[in-house]
Amino acid sequence: MPAAVPLSWYLILSAVLFSLGVAGFLFRKNLITVLMCIELMLNAVNLSFVAFSYKFKLVDGHIFTFFVMVVAAAEAAVGLAIILSVFKNRSTLQVDEIDSLKL
Amino acid sequence: MDGTLFFLFAAIAVICAVNLVVQKHPINSALSLIGVMGSLAILYLLLGAEFIAAAQMIVYAGAIMVLFVFTIMLLNTGVEKRPKRQSWMAALLGIPLLIVLLGLLSYIVQRGVEPDLLVKFGWAVRGPLDVGGGPREIGEALFTRYLLPFEVTSVLILIAILGAMVLARKEMD
Repeated sequence: MPAAVPLSWYLILSAVLFSLGVAGFLFRKNLITVLMCIELMLNAVNLSFVAFSYKFKLVDGHIFTFFVMVVAAAEAAVGLAIILSVFKNRSTLQVDEIDSLKL
Repeated sequence: MDGTLFFLFAAIAVICAVNLVVQKHPINSALSLIGVMGSLAILYLLLGAEFIAAAQMIVYAGAIMVLFVFTIMLLNTGVEKRPKRQSWMAALLGIPLLIVLLGLLSYIVQRGVEPDLLVKFGWAVRGPLDVGGGPREIGEALFTRYLLPFEVTSVLILIAILGAMVLARKEMD
């Protein structure tokens, strides 16, 4: 085991987590799980913000991560409220069955 | 020590993320997402971002995931139905192409960042690289240079609260 890891490994981990989030967003059929995959992508991007903040010796990346967290909290609150009202009206959460906007 | 910690928590994060994608029931996905967020908090600590690590645990793993778990339990939709596998080509080519994509990504990242930049616990706070990710530095930046965005986020949160209440309320009349 190396005593210190290169910064690029953090960025590779971030890329892997982001790809997994994209895969889940595309393949999953449950609306709540799709929202959770978006959260996973936001987390992956946060990791690269903090890693680049380490590289450039600036605190700005941390601030940006903080703002991403705030926006994610707002997005989760509104998204879950929308999911609640969708379930009240359609009584399903399968993304394939919510297709009123389809031609 | 740093390498061991990085590999341990990177492995936990990747395994939990894969589990998030492959699980059928949303509650299992939510618990895996909490695992990803917790191990990412440890990685933030290794990078010297103490405040962000604490906020990650409190805001993400605490507040947001509690909201998700509550919604999952409230709606109780159960296991999701998946369509039958349609394409044999996707099943055959999916895994090799995924490995090629990840290899390309890591090659590009590895080439873009200079290889001698090492991450060691404590260097960012009191060491050669003096970044400082503690509450003092974050607070100074947040209330001087980033004061206007910080105030705008409070309006955003207010709008989100009102929107969530309007969307999720029961019809009165």
